[in-house]
Amino acid sequence: MEQLLGFALPGVPYGCTYALVAVCLVLTYQATGVFNFAFGAQAFASAFIFTYLTQYHGWSGWEAFLLTVVVLGPVMGYAFDRLIFRHIPNSNSTAKLVCGLALLVGIPSLLPVIFGPQNLDATATIFPFFNPNTVYFTIGSGLYSTPINGIYLATISVTVVVLILLTILLRFTSLGLQMRGAVESRRLVQLDGVNANGVVAVAWIISSFMAALAGVLLASGYGAFNSDEFVTLTVTAIAAAAWAMLRSLPIAAGVAVLIGVVTTVLQGYIPPNSFWNAAVVPSLPFFAIAAALLILPGLRNLDSSRDPLATIDPPPEPIAASTRAPSMDRIIRSLWWVVLAAFCVSMLTWIPVTWETVFNNGLTLSIICLSVTLITGMAGQLSLCQATFAGIGAFTAAVFSVHLGFNFLVGGLIGAAIAAIVAVVLALLSLRLRGLGLALMTLAAALLFDNTAFNTIWVTGGAQGTSIQSKWLGTSAFFDFNGHAMFILSFCVLAVAVVIVLLVRKGTVGRNLAAMRGSETATAGLGVNPTWQRIVVFALSGAIAGVGGVLYSIQQQHVSPVDWNTTFSLVLVVLVVTTSVNTVEGAIQAGIGLFVVEQLLTYLPSRFGGPSLTIVLFAFGALTYAQHPEGVLEYQKRRSTARFERLFFAKEAEAEDRKAQAVSVGASG
Amino acid sequence: MPVADVEPLLRLEGVCKSFGGIKAVHTITFDVGAGESVGLVGPNGAGKTTLFNCVCGQLRPEEGDIFFDGLPLAGVPTYKRARLGIGRTYQRVEVFTDMTVRDHLMVAERSRRGEGSLWRDLLNMSKPRPEEMERVDATLELVGISHLADISVNALGLGHCRLVELARALATEPKILLADEPSSGLDLHETAEVAAVLRTVQRERGTAVLLVEHDLSMVAEVVDRAVVMDLGSMLFAGTFDDCMADPAVRDAYLGQMGHA
Repeated sequence: MEQLLGFALPGVPYGCTYALVAVCLVLTYQATGVFNFAFGAQAFASAFIFTYLTQYHGWSGWEAFLLTVVVLGPVMGYAFDRLIFRHIPNSNSTAKLVCGLALLVGIPSLLPVIFGPQNLDATATIFPFFNPNTVYFTIGSGLYSTPINGIYLATISVTVVVLILLTILLRFTSLGLQMRGAVESRRLVQLDGVNANGVVAVAWIISSFMAALAGVLLASGYGAFNSDEFVTLTVTAIAAAAWAMLRSLPIAAGVAVLIGVVTTVLQGYIPPNSFWNAAVVPSLPFFAIAAALLILPGLRNLDSSRDPLATIDPPPEPIAASTRAPSMDRIIRSLWWVVLAAFCVSMLTWIPVTWETVFNNGLTLSIICLSVTLITGMAGQLSLCQATFAGIGAFTAAVFSVHLGFNFLVGGLIGAAIAAIVAVVLALLSLRLRGLGLALMTLAAALLFDNTAFNTIWVTGGAQGTSIQSKWLGTSAFFDFNGHAMFILSFCVLAVAVVIVLLVRKGTVGRNLAAMRGSETATAGLGVNPTWQRIVVFALSGAIAGVGGVLYSIQQQHVSPVDWNTTFSLVLVVLVVTTSVNTVEGAIQAGIGLFVVEQLLTYLPSRFGGPSLTIVLFAFGALTYAQHPEGVLEYQKRRSTARFERLFFAKEAEAEDRKAQAVSVGASG
Repeated sequence: MPVADVEPLLRLEGVCKSFGGIKAVHTITFDVGAGESVGLVGPNGAGKTTLFNCVCGQLRPEEGDIFFDGLPLAGVPTYKRARLGIGRTYQRVEVFTDMTVRDHLMVAERSRRGEGSLWRDLLNMSKPRPEEMERVDATLELVGISHLADISVNALGLGHCRLVELARALATEPKILLADEPSSGLDLHETAEVAAVLRTVQRERGTAVLLVEHDLSMVAEVVDRAVVMDLGSMLFAGTFDDCMADPAVRDAYLGQMGHA
């Protein structure tokens, strides 16, 4: 018993920080209907700035605490509500999810852009409440005693006080009542005379304050200052919130503490150097999420809108491209072929090696982005594990080459098949999940792979990964990695992938998927088997991602776990959503755009953040998803086309407009 | 038309469904014959839509059996019931956002035969065939929305969306059509159009119709007989005129007004 207590007690403060973020998730979801993935990133930002100020600018713990937790945290929450989430209709759950993901990816990348690249050490920070080095008392005795230091006391006491105050606010004040009403429909409670926007802003302010608090507690308390720790914080909080069905604050807090305790207990009992300790214990939150999603039926349709006034939302803006003048259409199509021919000729003749590498990287990444187009653009499902599928393809190819002497490309094909099988298994596990539920399940799967298969030396070759040898690719004279051969291979595979996606989109499966996006109930009611359609699209998407992963790895000349972690899956979604998630051009622009922008930014001083700034730019783009579901880049393209059209083909454009208007009048009449 | 005169196409035997402690549908038993038109009427909350959901497989009854064409439907998923010949429209319009009206019907046309394999798509063999286009055009013509064929449903009003739903359900060439409040949100003229379409499909195509509707004049125009439900239980089954004359029905439907 003493041993159990000795292992369990150190988990309590961890559990408390998880509890704070879990409560943030539930509170924001209950008050606003937004499942804010970004709380972990907000916690990271506060911890980063807190550490930066105390370590480099000599601020005292209290001063830094006041700025980061009391001022910056709430301001961040208010800004997110005021600038982003308030403008997203309650019914647009995908936009809410995408914006949360954009913030999750964008905030940690924004910090080095603002503060410059920093190498912070959280252990050196000065904690404001208690002296972290003082042991106030000890529980137990002997080998399993637990010294209770300042950090331990501060974390538990702060969490308990904050949770009690929050419970009082929600249960016993009119503000709490108004918050509960606002989640149904801001517009409805406004009709009752409630300042709904103010109520929702208060919820954002409180939850962001708590996220900032959790970040500072976690960083300064445990010296845990890397983004991985904050991913664990986010995911554990999500697991706890899921078990609370995103409803009950006490259950969310309780489960979070329980996960913290169970983690340290398992770490205590399982031998430290075993596979189980390295892989399974860190995966506990992901198992918890998956189990909650599979067991609790209430989580299956989390983001279905309950707004009774949703029907008063105006219809979406018409798509500009649908009314393009025929001459303009011909010019654009011809121009595309000219640009494509010029690109191919350039790549094979004069382009410098640097840019050749950039475009080859971009082409291979485009294939992976196409898998996002399939699953998110065509099937309307947000998958957060596309990089995992790509990684499965790449690692399988590497394993077959290293251990069995296969050609890397042959291994890659087997890898693509295995990626498709894993995708099918995931599809079968998430048959009843939609929207947020599916996003969480795929996130859990991605993190599970990060901690298990991608964390096994036999598979990955260690943290540095495996270098790809040219002999694995057959003839080394042909495959000089960055050369023309790589371009030809990538270009051909991308072309095949594009054709496959286009054929599926205009075929029966594509039409069925489009119908399912509109109403799965009605589609099934016509005789379409939705389960089969989902399995097909998951399998195809997994296979395409797997092939992309293999080619991307060849281009990078190594297969590394860092390339295929969960964060990269999130980045992929943000990239494709910014360009256009519904079109194959969008996927190609996302893949090539990432590397082109990155390369262009190398011409700027490193002070501007380099690759981090690229992610920030795309994250900003993704934040406009609610206004431009076609992708902000696609929107700008269409706007420019329309301007050009008005200048040079005004008469034709007017005729098209008149035709469109006549059709729309006929429809409404 | 009396029940005994027609071959039972759809048979419900003691169907029960409850949500928590509320008995939404309680021991409902009735038949619908092939080519017959039956009205399922009752006040709001009577359990009509729940019963439709049980028939279509979207809800699983706790007790009782449902037979279609002699086959028990227990354990048969929604899409297979649709392929057996159960078509449906919805109380709350369920259209496919961003798709044209023609595409709505094309989905139905293909799915009724269970077509839609990936390999056909990949070999570019999924283009609409002339006979498919003809059938789709004929259904659009029947419902009177040919002029809307190439318009996205996003541009349509509620009335037209209801007609699209109806056309989509008819495109599956169902043996029975479950029409759930098809006139809801329509004006008098549009309601008359929908009633005419339902009569036509019943008489010309031999499609049975099970109609849930609050507009009793429309029900009278379309159905051969009626089943009345109230608070989950079956109150009456018989001809529409008998049904309207029944004091229990009048009480359930009209309350104090019925007695006056």
